[in-house]
Amino acid sequence: MIETNAIYVIVAREFKKFIRERSRLVSTLARPILWLFLIGGGMSRLVPAGGNVSYIQFIFPGIIGMTVLFSSIFSSISIIWDKEFGFMKEILVAPVSRFSVVVGKAISGMVISTIQAVIVLCLFPVIGLRLDVMQVVGVVLISAALSFTLASFGILLASFYESYESFSVIMNFIVMPMFFLSGAMYPVKLLPDALKAVSKLNPLTYGVDALKNILFPYETGRMAADFSLSVDILIIVIASVFFVLIAGKLFERKQ
Amino acid sequence: MKMISVEKLTKKFGNMSAVNEVSFDVEEGAIFGFLGPNGAGKTTIINILCTLLAPTSGKAFINGFDCDRESSRVRQAIGIVFQDSSLDKDLTARENLTFHAYLYNVEKSVRKQRIDDALRFVDLFDRADDMVRKFSGGMKRRLEVARGLIHRPRVLFLDEPTLGLDPQSRANLWEFITTLPKQHKVTIFMTTHYMEEAEVCDKIAIIDKGKIIASGTPSELKKTVGGDVIYLRTNDNKKAMEDIRNLFELDVSEKDGEIFISTVRGDACIPALIREIGESVLSVRMQRPTLNDVFLRLTGKEIRDVEGPGHDDIKSMVRSYRSRHDRD
Ligand SMILES: Nc1ncnc2c1ncn2[C@@H]1O[C@H](COP(=O)(O)OP(=O)(O)OP(=O)(O)O)[C@@H](O)[C@H]1O
Ligand SMILES: [Mg+2]
Repeated sequence: MIETNAIYVIVAREFKKFIRERSRLVSTLARPILWLFLIGGGMSRLVPAGGNVSYIQFIFPGIIGMTVLFSSIFSSISIIWDKEFGFMKEILVAPVSRFSVVVGKAISGMVISTIQAVIVLCLFPVIGLRLDVMQVVGVVLISAALSFTLASFGILLASFYESYESFSVIMNFIVMPMFFLSGAMYPVKLLPDALKAVSKLNPLTYGVDALKNILFPYETGRMAADFSLSVDILIIVIASVFFVLIAGKLFERKQ
Repeated sequence: MKMISVEKLTKKFGNMSAVNEVSFDVEEGAIFGFLGPNGAGKTTIINILCTLLAPTSGKAFINGFDCDRESSRVRQAIGIVFQDSSLDKDLTARENLTFHAYLYNVEKSVRKQRIDDALRFVDLFDRADDMVRKFSGGMKRRLEVARGLIHRPRVLFLDEPTLGLDPQSRANLWEFITTLPKQHKVTIFMTTHYMEEAEVCDKIAIIDKGKIIASGTPSELKKTVGGDVIYLRTNDNKKAMEDIRNLFELDVSEKDGEIFISTVRGDACIPALIREIGESVLSVRMQRPTLNDVFLRLTGKEIRDVEGPGHDDIKSMVRSYRSRHDRD
């Protein structure tokens, strides 16, 4: 059961708070931008370009993935804050299905993350990329789909935790490894087999790979995408449905 | 009509029974109070009634709907002010109410009107666009009551609504709460551990360690601990006591130089006493039994004793800790 009024107001609330907290926007954007220029810029001297793609260009899709990952997870983790400060009860006693609540939160994460991904995307001329309109539209659509998936994953995580002490656990043991094992910083095909297997279970891998497919469509060498675009999209969609349904079920639990 | 009906409700956490075979009914339009010390199980019962917790056994119905199985019908019929604030402090008062109105599917045509009315009703219309963060405890409480009424519930739950308020704001909030059944045609279910607050209820249940140990109207309950006590100081206690025994056939004794008389109708007894032995009386005072006496007689302890020292201080410490941390 989907209640549009409830979903709308849940998204509106998150959006309003996002707009008001400019400092949070600055700090979540600072991380990817610093990574892009400090790590990308530095490593470009060390790692030779593959084909027509320099290292700083290679990590650009990964940096967009990073932006989406952190802001989606962060947005979903706000559920833990809502639990801690009691606001979650206001939502849970309302005559609204748990599924609508989960969808509302996932769409909130999607909207907020996509905005940030677009801001990072605007840096493409600075690192010497040339994109046509279709590529820009493609990046925005993939960012939106990926952030919906990751936000649902975040909600799933949040439903296991009651207090914000768990926040750093989630960040250090789930989010950071997800980032490093996504092909964002180095191609998945160069990883040792064990890590490669883990990467293939990571939804972010397919998001980053889809972005590589869109940004470097003609690349074939080391720096190229690992999977085909249609596989990437299929897996992102399946993962989002899977996470939303499980998160909805977990929310349903009563003590 | 019975608005709330609870039958042998039990809730266990592990093997500890927080609520133990509790049964009671609340009539439509009544103010029903749950009186009990900390940890008695009041909040647990509210959580079951408002569908947040599933009972271990027993049944609870609101407006005829099963709280466990017909959650969404029950949710539509109730409004709640939780023990701990559940407002979003980073939104304005109006935004909090708007959020609620959408969540409860309040029709677009009446949405704005209802929100404005609610804000006026709790005297917060002028502060509607201020962040809730800037509100005082009493203002937040009033805002929560207003929010609970936006969707026109049949039952309003108030879990220790005056917790943490100063006596002045407590009195104001009570005055306001007692007008609700008439103004909004709503049944009120409240909990408290303040005896004085329970006096405003039409019916009270006293609960301790998960069990209801007494219930009835405040005056019925007070009758169970005997009648009024009249205290007299006279210039000759011996003679006065003898006169009283002879003239009124009342139970009289003396303690600390004061005569005290137990009687059912103290207010009617005093004029008669004064007429007969008025010459010798220096002072007179009367004490009516309080709910505290009721609790004392039933459990052998004062309700406040059970609270434990500095309980409220701890709660306020936790609160301020939270409010310091809820930005990061
Ligand atoms: N989620 C829970 N898990 C385990 N025990 C719980 C839980 N919730 C409540 N309890 C226990 O159940 C008992 C009743 O708690 P409850 O909150 O209902 O008391 P209360 O009457 O509302 O007290 P107060 O006046 O302090 O609010 C307490 O002993 C409490 O420790
Ligand atoms: Mg309580």
